[in-house]
Amino acid sequence: MRPARSFTAELVRNLLRKRDFYAGGLIILLGLVMALKGPTYRLGTLMHMGPGFLPTALGVILIFLGILIAGAAFGVPPGEDEDILPAHPEWLGWACILAGPLCFILFGSYFGLIPATFTCVFVSALGDRNATLRAAATLAAVVTVFGVGLFSYLLQVPMPLLTWRGL
Amino acid sequence: MERLVIATALTDLWYGFGVAVQPHNIMWCFIGVLVGNMVGVLPGMGPLATISILLPLTFGIKPVGAILMLAGVMYGAQYGGAICSILLNLPCHPPHAVTCLDGYPMTKQGRGGVALGLTVMASFVGASWGITEMIFLSPILVRVALEFGPAEICSLMLLGLLAGSTLARGSPLKGVAMTVLGLMLGIVGTDLETGAERFTFGMTHLDDGIELVALALGLFGIAEFMNSINQVTSVNTKYANVRLRDMRPTKDDVKQAIAPMFRGTLVGSLCALIPGTGPTIASFVAYATEKKISRHPEKFGTGLIEGVIAPEASTHSSVQGDFIPTMSLGIPGDAVMALLLGALMIQGIVPGPQLIKEHPDIFWGLVASFWIGNIMLVLLNVPLIGIWVKLLTISYKYLYPSALFFVSIGVYAANNDMFQVGETVVIGILGYVLLRLGFHPAPILLGFVLGPRFEENFRRAMLISRGDIGVFVERPISAVFIGLCVLLIALQIYVRLRGPKNAIVTPPALESAE
Repeated sequence: MRPARSFTAELVRNLLRKRDFYAGGLIILLGLVMALKGPTYRLGTLMHMGPGFLPTALGVILIFLGILIAGAAFGVPPGEDEDILPAHPEWLGWACILAGPLCFILFGSYFGLIPATFTCVFVSALGDRNATLRAAATLAAVVTVFGVGLFSYLLQVPMPLLTWRGL
Repeated sequence: MERLVIATALTDLWYGFGVAVQPHNIMWCFIGVLVGNMVGVLPGMGPLATISILLPLTFGIKPVGAILMLAGVMYGAQYGGAICSILLNLPCHPPHAVTCLDGYPMTKQGRGGVALGLTVMASFVGASWGITEMIFLSPILVRVALEFGPAEICSLMLLGLLAGSTLARGSPLKGVAMTVLGLMLGIVGTDLETGAERFTFGMTHLDDGIELVALALGLFGIAEFMNSINQVTSVNTKYANVRLRDMRPTKDDVKQAIAPMFRGTLVGSLCALIPGTGPTIASFVAYATEKKISRHPEKFGTGLIEGVIAPEASTHSSVQGDFIPTMSLGIPGDAVMALLLGALMIQGIVPGPQLIKEHPDIFWGLVASFWIGNIMLVLLNVPLIGIWVKLLTISYKYLYPSALFFVSIGVYAANNDMFQVGETVVIGILGYVLLRLGFHPAPILLGFVLGPRFEENFRRAMLISRGDIGVFVERPISAVFIGLCVLLIALQIYVRLRGPKNAIVTPPALESAE
């Protein structure tokens, strides 16, 4: 047993582990951005409201809500509501999910719809725990054929199938 | 007078059928319910994500067809969700979670087919009642709402937003915070009145505001995929072999089901009238009611037909009823309704009480298509149930990469703009962070859709009252709405203060307290 720490230190330590502490913090942060940026758009008067009025008001409300949310974390006993990350973080899966649409942007801008579709599906399919390169490539090929048929021919989305815009 | 109301309603409905049976409209309705039914069954794909993906594809078709199709996805998914719950014990969609309790035991006893057959029947009855309600209540609501000035509209929106964010899942405080965030996101872009660019941070792509499709697909597509990757467990389809002839209920089954069916319908339609209480709450209330009035409440959970029929009828009646405030007042009750309103706005149609008068083809066409769509769903579900069960076994590892492609191309096709695909990714990350911190992103969409209209009406109300904020409580109708808001908040605080007292009774809370 370590010597007992002061009550406040224990309280703060407990608070720093709480999910709601960070939830409230994020809301306060968003509120601060709005409340500080809002007045730069001209507040106006209540009768003739400027473009900055509502954002500032909403920002102040958000800050209040954030304080309430974070404050509620005080009442939670230690050990509860501390799971900010899931039990098994899926870093690879998350990265692949985000990389899929980014590949679509990159390849779509430079090489056209076919490579964009293929890479988007291929890369995101790799995020599954049981994924193999071959299965991912097969799925990507199937979706590409189907997707090009649907979007390019049937729905006429104006995007070249294959192109070269250089690097 | 009453006879006149009924006669007008029937004439309008007749006109609506005229619109809805036009071949292309029937086609869109059919596509909508078919896709909806399918995604309702697919684990990990909800109606929200599906409607958002389809949304950009509807820009090219006429507003009537677009809204018929998107609404079809919405109620079609409800039919699919029941299959998931009853046959596989999977609460794919929140409104059907409670159906698992008695539906799955029935399946284990080999009565899954009967449960499904009766569910389809109850769904149709529930939906029909919801539609009837819409036909008669909407014109009355509209007549009242047309008298509203900006102050009343503001207070009503406030009530809608507050109810939508506090009565849904999770902490009410967090719900309100999400609504405010949504209002804020709705403000991004060029201010229509003064031309000031707000929160664009110098990006010209944001001048037109955040794209609805990007927001919806970020929150309900990418964030959801991040949440469920490698989490979806394989499903057990051992009991899920249902043939057509299994679905025919016996006379006794039907007799047993009729009373709960009507009670469920009633509960659902009452829930639809209270803003913010969507189908999920309706189904839970219906189940609880059945259990309370039952002569053998201890048997619930062992496969009672009442426990399946009442919540399902209630869900469907409430889903259709949710369209009432959305279409007649322009105030959506939940995120799906907000998305449908957004779809109308993209088509250049201003939602609100004037919608029925200005676009009768949309309103009455939609009402009529509900019936046509529901009949299609009954016909579809009976023979296709085998195929739907097969769909259930599609692994998530094939589903989400394909869905990500649909998300990407869908957002791109909305404006032929790659920037918005990036916007979706950023919103997706934010959405996932919010999910992990215990926020439910649905109210964001509610605030986002209502944001610009709220600001416009607030400004107008202040201009008329010469800057007197008291106008909201001085005008009687507005005062009633504000009073309801206060009541709602007081109720939430009351529940919160009483909460710990109830928690002590439950064993798990006791353990952790010691």
